[in-house]
Amino acid sequence: MSNARTDKPIKKRKVKLEGDLLNYKGVWVLVESERGYVHPVSWELMGQGRILADQLGVELCGVVMGAPGPALQAQCEAAFAYGADRCYRVASPVLADYRNVPFTHALTDLVNQFKPEILLLGATTLGRDLAGSVATTLKTGLTADCTGLDIDPEDRCLLSTRPTFGGSLLCTIVTLNYRPQMATVRHRVMPMPEAQPERSGLIIDVDPHLVETDVVTKILDFLPDDQSGKAQLPYAEMIVSGGKGLGKAENFKLVWDLAKVLGAEVGASRAAIHAGWISADRQVGQTGKTVRPALYIAAGISGAIQHRVGMESSDCIVAINNDPNAPIFDFAHYAIVGDCVQVLPALQKTFAAYLGQTA
Amino acid sequence: MNIVVCIKQVPDSTHIRVHPVTNTIMRQGVPAVINPYDLFAIEEALRIRDAHGGKVTVITMGPPPAAVALRKALAYGCDEAVLITDKIFSGADTLATSYVLASAISMLGKEQPVDLVFTGKQTIDGDTAQVGPGIAKRLDLELLTYVAKIVAVDQAAGKIQVERRAEGGVQLLETRLPALITMLEGSNEMRFGTAPDVFRAARAEIRTWDRNSAGIEDIKKVGLKGSPTIVSRVFGPTPRDEKAEQIAFDPAAPEVATAALLEKILADSPKVAKELARHQAGEHAGARHE
Repeated sequence: MSNARTDKPIKKRKVKLEGDLLNYKGVWVLVESERGYVHPVSWELMGQGRILADQLGVELCGVVMGAPGPALQAQCEAAFAYGADRCYRVASPVLADYRNVPFTHALTDLVNQFKPEILLLGATTLGRDLAGSVATTLKTGLTADCTGLDIDPEDRCLLSTRPTFGGSLLCTIVTLNYRPQMATVRHRVMPMPEAQPERSGLIIDVDPHLVETDVVTKILDFLPDDQSGKAQLPYAEMIVSGGKGLGKAENFKLVWDLAKVLGAEVGASRAAIHAGWISADRQVGQTGKTVRPALYIAAGISGAIQHRVGMESSDCIVAINNDPNAPIFDFAHYAIVGDCVQVLPALQKTFAAYLGQTA
Repeated sequence: MNIVVCIKQVPDSTHIRVHPVTNTIMRQGVPAVINPYDLFAIEEALRIRDAHGGKVTVITMGPPPAAVALRKALAYGCDEAVLITDKIFSGADTLATSYVLASAISMLGKEQPVDLVFTGKQTIDGDTAQVGPGIAKRLDLELLTYVAKIVAVDQAAGKIQVERRAEGGVQLLETRLPALITMLEGSNEMRFGTAPDVFRAARAEIRTWDRNSAGIEDIKKVGLKGSPTIVSRVFGPTPRDEKAEQIAFDPAAPEVATAALLEKILADSPKVAKELARHQAGEHAGARHE
């Protein structure tokens, strides 16, 4: 496909679903919880799953797995509030903490029993680990890190869009002849839906028949992360990011200085991370964090797709770049063509004056 | 320890350019490298071999030029290399790729049982992280993804302990060999190949396996045919409907532009105005400044 012209369908192929695959109906979302805490990406997926289920005219179902107890009940109720019509509750002490084999076993059995046409998971360390194993067991298609999910109105197939070629182009991937159609989506890519506490639904209890002595891998300990000092990019409302256009490592200080005035978080492009100018946990983009701030200031960032998919949902994007043809100007709201080394200090002064700070 | 490392040769993505008019990938002159995430897998395999003895075999599925990546891995100190190449393998998605690699690893296992399989956490071109879990499932290996550290290997007992990156923390896991490990980036630092290894690599034989030597039983499961996912469209990014509003910038009076920008933002974006007001009221922490 190296020289394929883009923006054209490569080849329109027809869906050929045979036998039992015709019975696969409904959209499922895995409600991911680790240590009692539901990952917010599950509710973001529930919001998108609701849209897909409505387009197809089918039910939206949550899959809740874990140790028996009130936490699972609460997770089912939350799933209803975020849009699910039905929840499959798979309870077993073996599922208390995530391990690949028992979770793969339980989810695969559930799919084989209830036959969903679409199965969505968060692109977390848990979701990617589980999705890869489940898709291989079911011999079906899985598309990782989607930035868009839609339904083809002609053949009711899931259209999964994601960056490709190292994040320089986008592609849409379909699974025509296998079910379920599986996809993972990263945190913050889809908007968080509004919870509707008055919604309710049907809980179906399923016993996964798991026995601890059958599970080879044991969890000896869990060491929670120390969050202090770590970048809190995903929920930041203002972010200043720097890229290779800053020229050299020392100039990254200008990004920090402006962020300090704004009370903003600091982000970076992949190129700036690879240059070693800043720590990897500050990367914004497909392989870094996805952010949705009110204000995103991109200094010296060219705006390749892999960066764009991580920040294009920002309300207001200000791009500063020397190159008037930089792709970032195609999707920024405000453009300053100029040298970051001159623009950033000026921005810092302007904002400091507005905010009543003394320099 | 008999260790197999799966690697992939990828285009160095920092050199990929998209033609501005045709929106096609310009591949000419893009250098090919070992997927950078795989280097952590190679290094970890070499460390276990150095500590426990045995050998490291590096394998890849790809076109004949991928032999260059294998030779590079030999220069780092890997003992043997197998290139798995056949025209019918092309166009494979992750399901079809894991089928071929699992089949080849089974063949290696017939020569000598395999204790550990390593992969990188994902590739930089596909970014899926699906092939490692796929191989583990097909070979019924214990799967340990996103491993940040190998804590202990007990060869006699056939056990391994690792630290695995999970959401919100690190799991300390113990499992049994054989296992498949996907290594997290930054988990170690790649060694420089020694002079003898570099010389050996230049002349070393790289075994080349086609579908038969790789033990492929069902050719309907490989390549494009064996891939349930289909790329239906490749496209470039769409510009916003409205072009970015240009703020004229004069280096002689830089604050004229930035003041104009602030004024426009405040007028157009109530959300930003609100966030600035919140910050003024001391409600934001912002980045912890280093």
